[in-house]
Amino acid sequence: MNTNLFYILFVAILVENYVYVQFLGICPFLGVSKNLKTAMGMSVAVIFVMVLATAVTWPINHFILETYHLDYLQTLVFILIIAALVQLVETFMKRYMVPLYNALGIYLPLITTNCIVLGVVLLNVQSGYGFTESMVNSIGGGLGFLLAMFMFSGIRSRIDESDIPDFLSGLPITLIAAGIAALSFQGFVGIAENLFT
Amino acid sequence: MNKPKEVFFQGFIKENPIFRLVLGMCSSLAVSSTMIASLGMGISVIFVLVLSNIVISSLRKIIPDMVRIPAFITVIAGFVTIVQLLLKAYLLEINDMLGVYLPLIVVNCIILGRAEAFAAKNSVGYAALDGLGMGIGYTIALLSIAFIRELFGFGSLFGMQIIPEEYTILIFTLPTGGFLVLGFLMAVWNKLAALQGKPKAELNCHSCPVAGLCGEGFIRLQKAEEIDIKIDKNAGANTEKEAK
Repeated sequence: MNTNLFYILFVAILVENYVYVQFLGICPFLGVSKNLKTAMGMSVAVIFVMVLATAVTWPINHFILETYHLDYLQTLVFILIIAALVQLVETFMKRYMVPLYNALGIYLPLITTNCIVLGVVLLNVQSGYGFTESMVNSIGGGLGFLLAMFMFSGIRSRIDESDIPDFLSGLPITLIAAGIAALSFQGFVGIAENLFT
Repeated sequence: MNKPKEVFFQGFIKENPIFRLVLGMCSSLAVSSTMIASLGMGISVIFVLVLSNIVISSLRKIIPDMVRIPAFITVIAGFVTIVQLLLKAYLLEINDMLGVYLPLIVVNCIILGRAEAFAAKNSVGYAALDGLGMGIGYTIALLSIAFIRELFGFGSLFGMQIIPEEYTILIFTLPTGGFLVLGFLMAVWNKLAALQGKPKAELNCHSCPVAGLCGEGFIRLQKAEEIDIKIDKNAGANTEKEAK
């Protein structure tokens, strides 16, 4: 069981990295990776919301939707829960946890309808994970996002200083750099299989 | 903007959702490794986009401004669920190919973005035309990425073998291929836009999924970034002075 959890964590961070391999959360990845500080703030907010969303949606899915055979409502219910949850957390933080709000508050509305949060929640359900496994997968996914953002903000600060042909500058070169960064994650595929068998 | 023809065709090239508006990047990268998956995704998006645009446009005077984003999301999620059930019943193969990206149409920036930017402000007929045009534009963009990726990566088009398998290039089928092909196509698109004297495609608030909701948040974020950059510059200047 223990190995199993480690395996899930390892796979979620490196092998199935949500940004580079599964293409989830590309908008914040391209939009907010310009400097390290905002990139880190965004990543922490994503981890926070993802873990919270999993903690809330898993019981609802397990005890209400599956018990009453309402599985087909998953997409609808999950997105509404996430949207309401983020709004609630933001209001709560603003009132009672001002320092935390100052650090993460800016990013929260941005991730309400981000595909990485809904994606992780849906993938947890589709993979048939239990509660602990789902939580580990969410934390791993969040850490993977943090890793991707950290790496990429470094790459982008280098790109900013380079002399790039005009037609490639801006979004195209960012995507090409992301592609090359994604290639490095391809190497982890074999490791996971051999490490945990 | 008043001509139906213009509303319909602007999504094709002039305001192509992927190459010009930079919306819906996640799904366009993920499903574009084969033409069939791309076509399936494109048709699903057209279906959801047209119907949600019609419903949102016809309800635009009833939905209060404060709760419009949750209302839009509910309408869109309803239609996505319909597509999911239809694909599961009749085209299981395509459903499996699209996997988690099918339910993720709900948070696809194109649909919420068009609901917010167009359907909520225009009449039903125009909203339907806009949805159809944008959906076709999205499908064209997806198919053009998939054309390159499938032809060079698998050596086939729509599953028909064209290039012998030993000459295929693996990298196009990997996630890297998605980023690279989209990057280079975007560069070509930017070059063509520049020849016509138009600005480059940029990822900005305009293309953010919840433009209305997050607009404020995004502006705050940009301000925070600017302040950071200023501080960095000041710090740099100070250290230079000290060095002297």
